[in-house]
Amino acid sequence: MSRAFIALLVRDLRLAARIGGGGGMAVFFFLVVVAAVPLGIGPAPDLLARIAPGMLWVALLLSSLLTLDRLFQADHEDGSLDLLTMGRLPLELVVVAKAVGHFLTTGLPLVVAAPLLGLMLNLEVAAFPALMLAMLVGAPALSFLGVIGAGLTVGIRRGGLLASLLVLPFYIPVLIFGVGAARAALAGFPDGVAAQSLALLAAVTLASLVIGPVAAAAALRANLR
Amino acid sequence: MSPMTRPSASQRLQAFANPARFMTLSGRLLAPLWLVSLGFLVVGLYFALFASPPDYQQGETVRIMYVHVPSAWLAMFGYSVMAMASAVALIFRHPLADLCAKSAAPIGAAFTFLALVTGALWGKPMWGAWWVWDARLTSVLILFFLYLGYMALWTAIEEPTRAARAAAVLALVGAINVPIIRYSVVWWNTLHQPASVFRMDGPTIAPEMLLPLALMALGFTFLFVTLLLVRMRAEILRHRVRQLRLALAASGAEG
Amino acid sequence: MTTSELRLSASHLACERGGRLVFDGVSFTVGSGEALVLTGPNGSGKSSLLRQIAGLLESGPDSLRVEGGDPELTLAEQSHYVGHLDGLKPAMTVAETLHFWAAWFGTGAGAAHVAAALDGMNLASLADLPAAYLSAGQKRRLALARLLAAPRPVWLLDEPTVGLDTASIARLGHAMQAHLAGGGLIVAATHLDLGLATAKTLDLGTGVLS
Repeated sequence: MSRAFIALLVRDLRLAARIGGGGGMAVFFFLVVVAAVPLGIGPAPDLLARIAPGMLWVALLLSSLLTLDRLFQADHEDGSLDLLTMGRLPLELVVVAKAVGHFLTTGLPLVVAAPLLGLMLNLEVAAFPALMLAMLVGAPALSFLGVIGAGLTVGIRRGGLLASLLVLPFYIPVLIFGVGAARAALAGFPDGVAAQSLALLAAVTLASLVIGPVAAAAALRANLR
Repeated sequence: MSPMTRPSASQRLQAFANPARFMTLSGRLLAPLWLVSLGFLVVGLYFALFASPPDYQQGETVRIMYVHVPSAWLAMFGYSVMAMASAVALIFRHPLADLCAKSAAPIGAAFTFLALVTGALWGKPMWGAWWVWDARLTSVLILFFLYLGYMALWTAIEEPTRAARAAAVLALVGAINVPIIRYSVVWWNTLHQPASVFRMDGPTIAPEMLLPLALMALGFTFLFVTLLLVRMRAEILRHRVRQLRLALAASGAEG
Repeated sequence: MTTSELRLSASHLACERGGRLVFDGVSFTVGSGEALVLTGPNGSGKSSLLRQIAGLLESGPDSLRVEGGDPELTLAEQSHYVGHLDGLKPAMTVAETLHFWAAWFGTGAGAAHVAAALDGMNLASLADLPAAYLSAGQKRRLALARLLAAPRPVWLLDEPTVGLDTASIARLGHAMQAHLAGGGLIVAATHLDLGLATAKTLDLGTGVLS
């Protein structure tokens, strides 16, 4: 069973590396979104520094949503999803493999790229470790909640937009606690807020590790049979 | 139901389970339900608009509360109905439960929208802005998004059984998430504005305001139930039309 | 292949799609070493029946039963399904594709079976080519090579000969006969005579089993 799990994960990583839509494109999108902000609100350094953590998190959310669409849809269109349901691996674990793949190809590269974009937004270097830690803790939740939307909309034409619409409300706690943890490292927040929001973010992530696969597998069963 | 032949609870449940029985039973209930809902609303509105005192701080604007608070309550109530019906539909595979969840969504969304609009109308004189990112309004807004997503999923999937099951999964995931979202929004709100400008819950409500509020809440709840029955009946009829059309298509293929 | 005796039976199987009854009251039994060929006009439900056996469409409780085989596994977990879609990734090579499916279906000896599958479907010379470069017939052969890369007792084939040339059809027929001889069973929807002399035929248009 673990052999099948690893085989699926390796296949997804290999495909992401070889064709577009993988990590490279997500990082590029992340960069473009962040670059659009100063053009929209003006280049004042202190203003940019203040909104940087929130901006980076929103960009992370958007990049995550944008890549969700193909997660099951690509396999559904070429018929492999049918075959994936016929393996001995429970559908829940198929979803876990897919979500881990999504995190490794989308979430993780963005966390690595975040400091660079932080510099461009004039974010204090002292805040980088907290921001990256929060993103590292929260990004898996984006993948594991995102699979629900991907599973619910599999087989729907232009389901990507609908998937985003369905998933975005579920992302709100991740956004709030993630930004809280990143901003708390900056001045102006009371002591303890950083640790508290990081703990809450971790709790949301842990919950999503359970809810996501169970719900996405149920959604896939509803849509495929 | 006549008192002479009082069936057991499970029998009554089974009677409701059958769509044809549901149509006759709900048909008989509709007229009284309309009467009760409208009765409560008319009396409630009279007390709310004329027979209750203005607030010593908010003045006449407090009267918006008599629509806003029951709407917000029904926004939550509607989602609970939807989630419970979805759970029943997933566990017992019951077609009426699916219809109940589907029918509850637009009604709940309408009350949520009403809560948002009245909240904005109330916010202007209170805070000086149409929209304030207050924890309560923000979570109602997110609830509105959840309703819209649920309804969009129903329309996006063409095959009814598939749509029903996918929507039920979404409603349940939403039900798990609503408390988490609400908690996070409250937490976020306290972080950014420690003191709330005003509060509408708690013991600050005067007793003479409580009566119209209770009447309006009852009226809204009965209205919700009435509209739910109307919509469920419409869904059953829609289902029959679909069956007839399918039968027509099948007969056309042969002849 | 060494599997214990297997028996697949359907009794009063019905299929409903989108509120429309596709077929009703379908019954048959297929055992190890036997093949069932599905025939019937378009829309009579050949593909739906195969998908029901593969667990990809719902079937009523107890209307599909499997006896023998591995008691730990469901019918779908003992079945191979080759449908209209080939299930291939253009960016993966022929060998990678087969290695993946061999690992995914979790049976067989991995590399040895993959090599046999490449040989059996005459794909050995294309092993390192990404699937994007294959012709329709070659893609079809790669999809069919899954059957050999990971042994499973039940083969469900939906028009497996589409896009294949005569030589490839002969290869497929050969593989099917070897599968039956090894105690496997096959349910196939096909127009062509695949040389399955022992096959039963089920006409879904009329419901006649012969």
